Amino acid sequence: MSTRKSLVVIGNGMVGHRFVQAAIERGLTETFDITVVGEEPRPAYDRVALTSFFDVGAEQLSFLPSGAYDDPRVRLVLDVPVAAIDRDTKSIALGTGEVVSYDIAVLATGAAPFVPPVPGKDLDNVFVYRTIEDLEAIREASGTARAGAVIGGGLLGLEAANALHQLGIETHVVEMAPRLMAVQVDDAGGATLKRHIESLGLSVHTGVMTERIEGTDTVTGLRFQDHDAALPVDLVVFSAGIRPRDQLARDCGLDVAERGGVLVDEKLRTSDPAIHAIGECAAVAGRMYGLVAPGYQMAEIVADTLVNEASAAVFEGADMSTKLKLLGVDVASFGDAFATTEGALELVFADAVAGVYKKLVVSSEGDRLLGGILVGDASAYGVLRPMVSSGMALPDNPEELILPAAREGGAARIGMPDEAVVCSCNNISKGSICDTIDAEGCADLPCVKACTRAGTVCGSCVPIVKNLLAERLEAAGKTVSKGICEHFDLTRQELFDVIAVHGFQRFDDIVTAHGRGRGCDVCKPAVASILASQFNGHVLDRTTANLQDTNDAYLANIQRNGTYSVVPRIPGGEITADKLIVIGEVARDFDLYTKITGGQRIDLLGARVEQLPQIWRRLVDAGFESGHAYGKSLRTVKSCVGSSWCRFGVQDSVQMAIDLELRYRGLRSPHKLKGGVSGCARECAEARGKDFGVIATEKGWNLYVCGNGGAIPAHAQLLASDLTGAELVRYLDRFLMYYIRTADRLQRTSTWLGTIDGGLDRVREIVVEDTLGLGAELEAEMARHVDSYFDEWKGTLEDEEKLSRFVSFVNAPDVPDPSISFGTSRGQISPAVAGGPVSLGTSIPVGAPAAAEVGAR
Amino acid sequence: MTGPDPQVDARWEPICPFEVLEVERGATALAHGHAVAIFRTHDDAVFALGNHDPFAGASVLARGIVGTRGDIPFVASPMHKHAFDLRTGQCLDDDDVHVPSYDVRVVAGIVEVGPRRVVA
Ligand code: SRM
Ligand SMILES: Cc1cc2nc3c(=O)[nH]c(=O)nc-3n(C[C@H](O)[C@H](O)[C@H](O)COP(=O)(O)OP(=O)(O)OC[C@H]3O[C@@H](n4cnc5c(N)ncnc54)[C@H](O)[C@@H]3O)c2cc1C
Ligand code: SF4
Ligand code: FES
Repeated sequence: MSTRKSLVVIGNGMVGHRFVQAAIERGLTETFDITVVGEEPRPAYDRVALTSFFDVGAEQLSFLPSGAYDDPRVRLVLDVPVAAIDRDTKSIALGTGEVVSYDIAVLATGAAPFVPPVPGKDLDNVFVYRTIEDLEAIREASGTARAGAVIGGGLLGLEAANALHQLGIETHVVEMAPRLMAVQVDDAGGATLKRHIESLGLSVHTGVMTERIEGTDTVTGLRFQDHDAALPVDLVVFSAGIRPRDQLARDCGLDVAERGGVLVDEKLRTSDPAIHAIGECAAVAGRMYGLVAPGYQMAEIVADTLVNEASAAVFEGADMSTKLKLLGVDVASFGDAFATTEGALELVFADAVAGVYKKLVVSSEGDRLLGGILVGDASAYGVLRPMVSSGMALPDNPEELILPAAREGGAARIGMPDEAVVCSCNNISKGSICDTIDAEGCADLPCVKACTRAGTVCGSCVPIVKNLLAERLEAAGKTVSKGICEHFDLTRQELFDVIAVHGFQRFDDIVTAHGRGRGCDVCKPAVASILASQFNGHVLDRTTANLQDTNDAYLANIQRNGTYSVVPRIPGGEITADKLIVIGEVARDFDLYTKITGGQRIDLLGARVEQLPQIWRRLVDAGFESGHAYGKSLRTVKSCVGSSWCRFGVQDSVQMAIDLELRYRGLRSPHKLKGGVSGCARECAEARGKDFGVIATEKGWNLYVCGNGGAIPAHAQLLASDLTGAELVRYLDRFLMYYIRTADRLQRTSTWLGTIDGGLDRVREIVVEDTLGLGAELEAEMARHVDSYFDEWKGTLEDEEKLSRFVSFVNAPDVPDPSISFGTSRGQISPAVAGGPVSLGTSIPVGAPAAAEVGAR
Repeated sequence: MTGPDPQVDARWEPICPFEVLEVERGATALAHGHAVAIFRTHDDAVFALGNHDPFAGASVLARGIVGTRGDIPFVASPMHKHAFDLRTGQCLDDDDVHVPSYDVRVVAGIVEVGPRRVVA
């Protein structure tokens, strides 16, 4: 007989998974064999981030990409439900018929979406929003659907609406209550939220009861009580709340709570001491918690108790604060948001124009924060929430906390007591974060995250965690080096100034005078970029060539198999038929993969190093020049057809885009730069997604700055309106040069803006109002760039020394690198998956200079 | 160039004149039937590593940026910036990974790559 005991975990969702992890970490597997049974076809994943499934796919969301726990004593059974629990024999029956006996069972079956008994709920195209499979089905249906309705305007309903909206179908939110997110926000907050969501093009119907879903096989519409016309939709998603999955518990006679959920005590024990329940299926003292943080707390408590029966850990309720970004709108609700505490006072800041609503609930003496609601700008959430949980005294002017100027930076400065919970997802206090930083000697954010788990779930506490880290490091007398790498203690901006002041032109001089060592892949390209911004020499000049990243070094972008891509400049996306033909011919003759890029031009991929000069010779001869797709420099200025063709256009956006692209081409900057010009407010060029965006008005041009697509999208903000062409160029010159001077390395304009004290207003003072008197200087710098522009590829083709680098092997310049091979995909070449290094054998003649003769002892 | 040496050592393969190598840049060479990355550092020392970046699965190391980490001369792979010790081929970011390193010398102004070093 084995002396090892058996533990079964029913459900492999977020909380069940956290429990297993905790069990492994605490050494519970020394005494228990663990069997985890999950009904979903895949291991646990991040349900909180479910909506990002459309962007990142299932793999990214998975908590167990390998498909197994890395402890052999844990067995994971997936795609199989537990059918029954037999408490007499202490065993569970799986859907497959297998029976597993247990000493301890942990129920972690979560919750299921509640589908009200509305007629028509079983039609095709009616969905819920809980699992990856649900989302896959919705995505599939959205292919043919035109309009969809989400029934339920709570937190999850708005997430689902967001998803439908992103899938490109007309989206309606239907809510029975008189406001959205009725549980979290008050009437005024709900109204602000509604305005935001409507301005994004979604329709919101509040205070309506769905009577039935119409349709014969599939959905054709929604009918509301007391409304005559049906809302024509062909897809419906229910998000009307969740119900704990307590059926297994009911069937085996465990006590359940009045409103559903497996009844447990503060140690998460059910009415059978051998069975625990955690997560959304559990009702602690009758109350269910529909958030992940309390579930994680429960998981830890059960793990603690099983390891050490005397453990004092008990569940004492949880912070139900929430913060989320819905359709780009920040919403947060925390503590006593509805001022139910006796004598509670409310402080409200509302800006209807900006769509911001903020409310603080403070104690009757006005000395403690009890809760609050933030809509439209929740940046203060990180500071406010811990103030509630720690009961710390409010500062003298609590309104400062919600006035627009209050920013994250000030956060940690307001002294927070050690008990204050900083990361509520993982229930980690300020004290424990600081202790861990000191004990583990954490020197950077990833280390703090790994050691404490703080910041690893929703991320909203990361700014505070960063501040704490900086504080600890400073306290420990470690200067937090702002230097860009181990070779320089200077920031990029300081380096920029040092180089400008001393007129250094060579890396060696700079590193000798102001740094140490021989540099690395961080500081060398940064210095190269600064030198290029200031002197605009050829990047492959002898003094700078060895500083360049491979992309700059070969004036092309490296690809996964070591080949490169070729992107000729097509200013504003405008191109003649003849030039298109040349590109086609080059692509055909060199057998390159051809693709239209997201930047309105054409990418030719799969060129070997030694082919690059031949390809570019053809392109340069036909009048093309480098598109700088490889450089941290201007990429494209996207245009729409504008007034030259479009019936709505009010200015010639194509001409403007071409002018701007040609003006700023080749401009080296801290990160890449992109622009856009639209011919009218319909914004077909997506100019506001760019670092600089120009939108035509009846009177001239509006200039927007600091937009970004990519990982953290941001809309560009209005810097100045109704400009003439000359004014536009002047402000843009100043703006770009100011950015180049002051931004950190690899900092796009939108993140840079976030670091400027005073934000956009400050930029406007400098660029438009010229309060610093820098304008003329910045313009002169730009003029120098424009005057000294030359095409890098043309310059390279004219210079034997530069060309000599474009060889496969120094001693066999014409032998193609045999490790590069191609397959075919969709009728074009594609990189073949490389194995290890390829041996050429000895048969290939190697033509080194005097090779055969030169020998050695 | 110099005339033939009477005792040609087959294990040493001549590659190119030393001056062809640029300071703190790599060059790819074919030696012993393999793609080999040759580097010249600021003090005119010469190193040779296998050109294949095991992380990226591509033959690219010679095209990386050369510098120092502490006192260690290294190259950062152009693909995903993994650092390799020029002297030994040891990856500085992952103890378990290294690339081949070769003996290398300059004789009469010519760079020669010798046998692949055996790691203990
Ligand atoms: C080719 C292209 C994709 C395509 O097939 O369409 C592309 C390809 C690459 N993008 Fe991109 N991006 C391309 C348009 C975009 C766009 C759309 C646009 O420009 O309108 C975006 C979002 C807009 C933006 O930048 O704000 C975009 C956001 C990124 C980002 C994220 C930047 C950010 O701030 O978050 C990166 C990563 C980076 O730069 O650090 C990136 C990086 C890259 C790199 C350079 C990754 C790399 O280092 O290998 C890719 C190699 C380019 C090459 O030619 O080998 N690419 N990339 C597009 C080239 C446009 C062009 O003509 O120059
Ligand atoms: C779109 C969306 C957004 C959310 N956003 C947030 C947020 O921002 N913040 C937040 O705190 N929370 C959020 N939540 C809620 C959060 O996801 C849940 O609180 C959390 O997943 C609960 O974990 P759990 O393990 O209890 O349940 P689940 O993660 O649902 O896991 C339960 C698992 O048990 C399985 N199961 C059930 N019955 C059986 C059986 N008989 N046999 C075997 N397996 C079974 C289920 O298939 C499921 O895989 C969100 C939820 C959704 C759907
Ligand atoms: S932005 Fe305006 S001018 Fe340009 S294409 Fe769209 S509708 Fe036409
Ligand atoms: S508060 Fe969500 S990760 Fe810290």
